[in-house]
Amino acid sequence: MARAVTNNRKALNTAIAWSIGILIFFPILWTILTSFKTEAQAISDPPVFLFFDWTLENYTVVQERSNYMRFLWNSVVIAGGSTILGLIIAVPAAWSMAFVPSKRTKDILLWMLSTKMLPAVGVLYPIYLIFIKLGILDTRTGLVIVMMLINLPIIVWMLYTYFREIPVEILEASRMDGATLKEEIIHILTPMAVPGIASTMLLNFILAWNEAFWTLNLTAAKAAPLTAFIASYSSPEGLFYAKLSAASTMAIAPILILGWFSQKQLVRGLTFGAVK
Amino acid sequence: MKLKNALFAASALVSAATTTAFAEELTIATVNNGDMIRMQGLTDDFTEKTGHTVEWVTLEENVLRQRVTTDISTKGGAFDVMTIGMYETPIWARNGWLVAMDDMSEEWDADDILPAMRGGLSVDGTLYAAPFYGESSMIMYRTDLMEKAGLEMPDAPTWEFVADAARKMTDKENEIYGICLRGKAGWGENMAFLTATSNAFGARWFDENWTAQFDQPAWNETLTFYVNLMNDAGPPGASTNGFNENLSLFQQGKCGMWIDATVAASFVTNPEDSTVADKVGFALAPNTGLGKNSNWLWAWALGIPAGTQKEAAAKEFVEWATSKDYIELVAANEGWANVPPGARTSLYENENYKDVPFAAMTLESIQSADPQNPTVDPVPYIGVQFAAIPEFAGIATEVGQEFSAALAGQQSVDEALEKAQALTTDAMEAAGY
Repeated sequence: MARAVTNNRKALNTAIAWSIGILIFFPILWTILTSFKTEAQAISDPPVFLFFDWTLENYTVVQERSNYMRFLWNSVVIAGGSTILGLIIAVPAAWSMAFVPSKRTKDILLWMLSTKMLPAVGVLYPIYLIFIKLGILDTRTGLVIVMMLINLPIIVWMLYTYFREIPVEILEASRMDGATLKEEIIHILTPMAVPGIASTMLLNFILAWNEAFWTLNLTAAKAAPLTAFIASYSSPEGLFYAKLSAASTMAIAPILILGWFSQKQLVRGLTFGAVK
Repeated sequence: MKLKNALFAASALVSAATTTAFAEELTIATVNNGDMIRMQGLTDDFTEKTGHTVEWVTLEENVLRQRVTTDISTKGGAFDVMTIGMYETPIWARNGWLVAMDDMSEEWDADDILPAMRGGLSVDGTLYAAPFYGESSMIMYRTDLMEKAGLEMPDAPTWEFVADAARKMTDKENEIYGICLRGKAGWGENMAFLTATSNAFGARWFDENWTAQFDQPAWNETLTFYVNLMNDAGPPGASTNGFNENLSLFQQGKCGMWIDATVAASFVTNPEDSTVADKVGFALAPNTGLGKNSNWLWAWALGIPAGTQKEAAAKEFVEWATSKDYIELVAANEGWANVPPGARTSLYENENYKDVPFAAMTLESIQSADPQNPTVDPVPYIGVQFAAIPEFAGIATEVGQEFSAALAGQQSVDEALEKAQALTTDAMEAAGY
């Protein structure tokens, strides 16, 4: 009897989880479906769900009008570059905060997080002027730096949380065996924190990929990533929803695929240390 | 023969070197509108003629406005040519941010530009941006529904007639609404429409001393008329409708009338997208007999930021894109219905263009708007559906939110106007007017 109740509850939980999952995924699914419709079908009322004349025309038009590969490559370099650079800085920083904390460590962590509370537009002009002076406006280098700085507090915080789960005794033992600081971080700490580092890396990559304020404002033609590619298909005067959906699908496809293949790693990392 | 070949090769080298020396790569910021997209498709013609290449940065209108404003105000130099509107041009020109277009070639023929467009893009008689295409607003209406209501649309209707027709055409059970108007908040959304409409009712944003005028009877009359009409004959949820939402409703046959940008005419008459393509008529935006119509005036123009390193090449591009030859080029490739409208007088004298169904009404609408004298009573600003001062966009967006809330029934017309008056007065005082 008890078993039956458990199964019922399981079924209910599963149904609720699926409903929420579908609800969250529905806008993405709708975008993907719209990308295969004609512009007239895209706005038809009542909306058509699956039974329409599927067409690839929107993808053809988008391909003809835009150099998708250039936008994609810029996105990969900016998201990838900023993630790697961020990790190089954040791993030692998080190590120091987790294993040799000072009186001010908590304050520093909070201060780092507080930089995320400032609306980005508040510092647009100073950063824009710095970029002009340094000659890095509309360059991938400039955006890698900015993306890295924006996401650095999150990387440090995440790594700090993961590192705190690692027993300090293991590191002490390695020191007893004569490991240098560099060896301790690279050979002892990093392998143990791989799930945490991997999920931090993935999350940071996704955040940098989706970032649309700085990537739009600090680029023109050369370093513009996929966020600019989507923005070029949005129009306040003209119904181009099907083409916009095709552009959006092309922009999110790489990150969706990456997320799909790495979901195990991502979930493991995000729940790391959550249950003891 | 060898000598001839050598000479030929040498001359080819010199020619190539010369072309390379003067060939520039221009970065051009533009919006995602049909006419701009067509221009991008024809860029090869410009490159063939001049040797210059073009990198396009296409952005959504609001993103573009923020992007180019940041760049030009910091002298960033990211763009060599910018697509700007009638609102920015006089403000930026006064700031010294734009290159004057006073030395264009004779073939370009500056005198051919429609006077209303020229007036809106000039400061002290000097043109600062070349109009690529211009638009006004007009009534698009369903001829079949108008006939069914037993009415005939005059060429220049009054608001009284339009309101009466809208109420008669409305059949809410069958989801047919007599009139679709903008309700979404924003200075370029509901405030573009309502400011232009208020001109016909004798209202104005500011008096000659820059004092806000929302506490005057003319504004109350405008807003009361609009809210009542929309409640009686407008679609549900109108307070969130902008151009695209109304276009969608009209194309699906749910609007009896729609007053919006003239550029919409090509969409609603296109049988591929519109279910009512063969039942659309056009008329001038309504008036109230005070001498001003409710139509606005807008131009998307090409401006060159002062301080660009490639001014000569940028001017070559502007000349190419806004020339008479360009119009011929589009006509040859895409047909006369797709040429950029509303910029040149010669286009409306062209016999081929006279066959386009909405051409005459577009021209009449543009000509009936006067950005230098937009209102019944005198005003200190330029602009029909806006006041060309830097503070306007921010103030009008806030006022638009109050008016949108009044349309949604969240507050009364009086409350909305009271708040509009207070916030406009505060903002103008803070700005030092």
